[in-house]
Amino acid sequence: MIEFQSVTKQYQGGSPAVDQLTMSIDKGSITVFVGPSGCGKTTSLRMINRMVEPTSGVITVDGRDVTTVAAAELRRSMGYVMQSSGLMPHRSVLDNIATVPRLNGVSKAEARKRATELLDVVGLASSLGKRYPSQLSGGQQQRVGVARALAADPPILLMDEPFSAVDPVVRDELQQELLRLQQDLAKTIVFVTHDIDEATILGDKVAVFAVGGKLAQYSTPEEILRAPANDFVASFVGRDRGFRHLGFTTSDAVAVHPVPTLVSRAGQFDGDPAAVTDWQLVVDKDMRPLGWARPGTDADLIPGGSLFHPGDSLRRALDSALSSPSGQGVAVDGEGRVLGAIRAPEVLAVIEAARQVRQAAL
Amino acid sequence: MSNIFTDTFAWLADPIHWTGSSGIPVRLVEHLQYSGLVLVIAAAIAVPVGLYIGHTGRGRVVAVAVAGALRALPTLGLLVLFALLAGSSLMPPVWALVILTVPPLLAGTYAGIASVDRAVVDAARAMGMTELQILFRVELPNGLQVMFGGIRTAVLQVIATVSVVAYLPLGGLGRYLFDGLVLQDFPRMLAGSLLIAALAIVFDLILAAVQRTVLSPGLKPDPRGGRTATADLPAAAPAPAAVQGGTYER
Repeated sequence: MIEFQSVTKQYQGGSPAVDQLTMSIDKGSITVFVGPSGCGKTTSLRMINRMVEPTSGVITVDGRDVTTVAAAELRRSMGYVMQSSGLMPHRSVLDNIATVPRLNGVSKAEARKRATELLDVVGLASSLGKRYPSQLSGGQQQRVGVARALAADPPILLMDEPFSAVDPVVRDELQQELLRLQQDLAKTIVFVTHDIDEATILGDKVAVFAVGGKLAQYSTPEEILRAPANDFVASFVGRDRGFRHLGFTTSDAVAVHPVPTLVSRAGQFDGDPAAVTDWQLVVDKDMRPLGWARPGTDADLIPGGSLFHPGDSLRRALDSALSSPSGQGVAVDGEGRVLGAIRAPEVLAVIEAARQVRQAAL
Repeated sequence: MSNIFTDTFAWLADPIHWTGSSGIPVRLVEHLQYSGLVLVIAAAIAVPVGLYIGHTGRGRVVAVAVAGALRALPTLGLLVLFALLAGSSLMPPVWALVILTVPPLLAGTYAGIASVDRAVVDAARAMGMTELQILFRVELPNGLQVMFGGIRTAVLQVIATVSVVAYLPLGGLGRYLFDGLVLQDFPRMLAGSLLIAALAIVFDLILAAVQRTVLSPGLKPDPRGGRTATADLPAAAPAPAAVQGGTYER
């Protein structure tokens, strides 16, 4: 557990970067620091491993004041991932990953063996180990950065906007990978971002910082979206917060209905599409959805919307129904085979029911 | 004009000039000994100071000012001054040359260290490297490319300028220049100049090969289309030895 006790950081001649921060960060969970530029979130993160020394106040890790440990030793006990990967250009990928174990006195052979295992853990081919950082894509570099932070198996990971310099598709991938990793590793992760979406996706708890280094709200992402503590948090969370909040409610109550299907074989439909009187879902021979056939036309395939997996949140369910040309969200199983369809009005009914349950509980 | 070149060639081809205590091999060895001594002493001063300034960023302004002022000193004047003050033994001219060699080495060293991406240094520190580990395992290997610019400039300059010690008079290839001047023996002077220039070029080629060997492959331009390595300092371009050696004409 990491605790901030009245921690203030003041640079010369300025207003405080961090102002009287008191919070405790739970062991084995992801805590996200989020806020606009200049809110002190990165400064707060860097005070944990003494990359920045507080002006006043105490930070403890498992009850021990961090200033009682030599800075280099303290930092080796915490993984650190930063925005630019910060990989050492003159060392191969494997040797970059092996950095901290080598500093801890692990033999070169053993450190490299561990590094090779970590390449696999972060989803990189072991053949990349011999390359140099400049030969990797941005997303690959960030994965190596995560592997390097994990190399000495530290209980704490500090991540400073690690995914903000990669494109949205890669960022989404990296976020899902981090969540998957965290299920196995259960590290104490402190994650800094300016992106509220990223914060609510990753965080078990989210700390919203306001300009001037004040902690504006510290809570679960669900509560921050549902009940912002003040106007600052509400405006920072943004106008889609009602929709985003659906991401925290289960869709178990949404009914999956049978859907009429046409099987496509090598581009040809079984049956006569022109005779179709209602939207039909076109599937391949393994029942995977390909798109929709519009009623009364001869079948140009219309691309479908997002897919819905039973167990997804209401946000996904609603998006699936809304993005489908037929108004029906396609539900698929884990193999991608069609289970049926969900309907927007029914999803809305479930949303309203969930709201009433919450209201009754208040 | 053609006969000064043929005369020079004849002078160089004459076996007499390749033997004895004033023969080319002896003068060459002397020249290399003076150059080596100057470079070792200059490096012992400039490299540690450059590493310190590059790593900490402290004293940069002072170093730039001092290095610039030292560069402006006339070599021959300094040499004579030192010889007058301390006698015409080996060390006074060596010290004079050290003063001229420190600036490029110092500037190259600190510029090399300072050229390393601060994000890389920050990451190294955040991973738990001590300051010395950061300096020697991260900043030095990544700054080598730029540092080599300073080293090569310094070596060229020393090999060219060490000729002036012959004025005192000491040995080295510079003897051919000064003796030739006194005797009005221009082929001998030109032969000496050519030998000094050739020596400088050979050493620059050797250093270029060393640079390619010690530099990490990760810092070289990537054939697969990655980012290109940090650009060399303009100073790394080998200066023609004749121009550097021209200092003695003042």
